[in-house]
Amino acid sequence: MAEVLVYVDHVDGAVRKPTLELLTLARRVGDPIAVHLGPGAEEAAKVLGEHGAVKVLAADAPEFGDYLVVPKVDALQAAYEAVSPAAVLVPSSAEGKEIAARLAVRIGSGIITDAVDLEAGDEGPVATQSVFAASFTTKSRVTKGTPVITVKPNSASPEAAPAAGAVEQLAVSFGEQATGTKVVSRTPRESTGRPELTEAAIVVSGGRGVNGAENFPVIEGLADSLGAAVGASRAAVDAGWYPHSSQVGQTGKSVSPQLYIAAGISGAIQHRAGMQTSKTIVAINKDAEAPIFDLVDYGVVGDLFDVVPQLTEEVKTRKG
Amino acid sequence: MSLRIVVCVKYVPDATGDRHFAEDLTVDRDDVDGLLSELDEYAVEQALQIADEADEAEITVLTIGPEDAKDALRKALSMGAHKAIHVEDDDLHGTDALGTSLVLAKAVEHAGYDLVICGMASTDGGMGVLPAILAERLGVPQVTLLSEVSVADGKVTGRRDGDTASEQLEAALPAVVSVTDQSGEARYPSFKGIMAAKKKPVESLDLSDLGIEADEVGLDGAWTKVDDAAERPARTAGTIVKDEGEGGKQLAEFLAGQKFI
Ligand SMILES: Cc1cc2nc3c(=O)[nH]c(=O)nc-3n(C[C@H](O)[C@H](O)[C@H](O)COP(=O)(O)OP(=O)(O)OC[C@H]3O[C@@H](n4cnc5c(N)ncnc54)[C@H](O)[C@@H]3O)c2cc1C
Ligand SMILES: Nc1ncnc2c1ncn2[C@@H]1O[C@H](COP(=O)(O)O)[C@@H](O)[C@H]1O
Repeated sequence: MAEVLVYVDHVDGAVRKPTLELLTLARRVGDPIAVHLGPGAEEAAKVLGEHGAVKVLAADAPEFGDYLVVPKVDALQAAYEAVSPAAVLVPSSAEGKEIAARLAVRIGSGIITDAVDLEAGDEGPVATQSVFAASFTTKSRVTKGTPVITVKPNSASPEAAPAAGAVEQLAVSFGEQATGTKVVSRTPRESTGRPELTEAAIVVSGGRGVNGAENFPVIEGLADSLGAAVGASRAAVDAGWYPHSSQVGQTGKSVSPQLYIAAGISGAIQHRAGMQTSKTIVAINKDAEAPIFDLVDYGVVGDLFDVVPQLTEEVKTRKG
Repeated sequence: MSLRIVVCVKYVPDATGDRHFAEDLTVDRDDVDGLLSELDEYAVEQALQIADEADEAEITVLTIGPEDAKDALRKALSMGAHKAIHVEDDDLHGTDALGTSLVLAKAVEHAGYDLVICGMASTDGGMGVLPAILAERLGVPQVTLLSEVSVADGKVTGRRDGDTASEQLEAALPAVVSVTDQSGEARYPSFKGIMAAKKKPVESLDLSDLGIEADEVGLDGAWTKVDDAAERPARTAGTIVKDEGEGGKQLAEFLAGQKFI
């Protein structure tokens, strides 16, 4: 069977969920070979093997952390040359997309970004994308070179599929461009203790209606009762009520959870772009005319400061 | 020496309009009103601020697009950019990211540059990969997705807020930069700016001017192909209730019914 390269997104060897989803999708196209750059390959290999990686190509070097993007492209290219895969799959993070794009140019291949599904086709993998603020669904293929495709989080459920997953060292020689952009310092984002926004099964978001940073605990309270991640509209972020890393929408994160709850959010097209593919959508808004209600499976027209606390209490009671 | 800044701007269909596909499955750019991609206004704004800080600077705005894309250039010129380049050619219809980057790279080289500034993503295609590809093609550092940027002593520095960390970046010029919508609100063109823009030079280039063959770009030259585009079925109308004091409880009942609780 053909082999497929899967780029591993991880933090010091802790594999992030989208990579496991990618392994599941990769198996539809061929045998997944994982590419792990940076520390923690042995630890990561266990999880990667459990999810179908037949092999883990690993490289670690200070360049991966000290310089932006390009060293990782050099390494992925080395893996590509070593394996001659049928496709290269990369998680659709901001960095993942840049790595994938630069690789595509180098190897003379087309690139598809932000796929939400992937199937094997007669003429190579077929990627499903959701475009124009998720108002259209397209199916595309790469027609030149080896398909390079980035896939969004929550596009598949990770399935266990035990495979060997043995670690092999990948030899990488860095090119001249590798040290072009220096990472002078790095401040890790503080963990909130809540699920990762893009990976969460449930997201509870607050907008301008939350009316102040001091009121966001109302949103957080509901999120915690449901084990959900917290999101925010750009209006709430721009007002400084919640960090930009939590923004949902066109210029924030794109989420596709099982359940999305929007409180005090009007539902502008740019916000919808980031949440419209959620399975179930619920909104609480005091304006019955708010466009968000066009999307909802269940909507409550009312004041979020009445509805949300009552809902939170009820969830807690029901969960016991 | 004057700092040469090239800002890449895209003319896109209005996101609040009824965006759709043409028969050949390319983005329909005729039926929907277009404008300068809002995310590229941030790039123009940062160019203007960097130029203000420099002893001497010249800002060229560059677009690849149909005739109407001149509107996007005019807007950028009225914000304060000095001149413009419009790459227009019928053979460009249907060009994908790899093709666009090829043309942009040639046009940027044609213009001459110390710094290229892009938006974080176009609001139509929205791949967000062009700046990285452009850096790869030009063989210069990429300093992308910056929410803060400055240029001094032949170096560009900036802050990139990533998924798991915030990074402070540094690279020597020439370089390709992209800025996010966190980089600072874009200014509105003044009346004076709008009048002045009418007199600013706009250079028109076609593929032959850039030494690019027609079969390297366009729909046929594309590295990817859209086989199908279907409008997403409208979400079936949901239940909407008015809160009469029990709204939270009713919502909980719905969530329980859906097995979320
Ligand atoms: C290029 C570009 C990119 C953008 N990217 C994004 C993006 O990524 N994400 C994003 O979200 N936006 C984005 N926007 C902004 C977007 O257009 C909207 O301005 C924004 O989403 C509005 O946020 P909001 O719904 O919280 O605020 P508003 O539109 O002001 O809506 C607030 C809502 O809260 C309701 N409300 C008020 N008080 C209460 C209460 N007590 N109880 C219940 N309801 C209440 C109101 O009825 C109203 O519907 C972008 C815009 C542009 C131009
Ligand atoms: N046709 C174009 N003409 C000029 N610049 C473009 C064009 N397409 C994309 N860009 C630039 O590349 C950035 C990212 O675009 P994209 O990768 O398409 O999301 C945009 O914000 C622009 O700065």
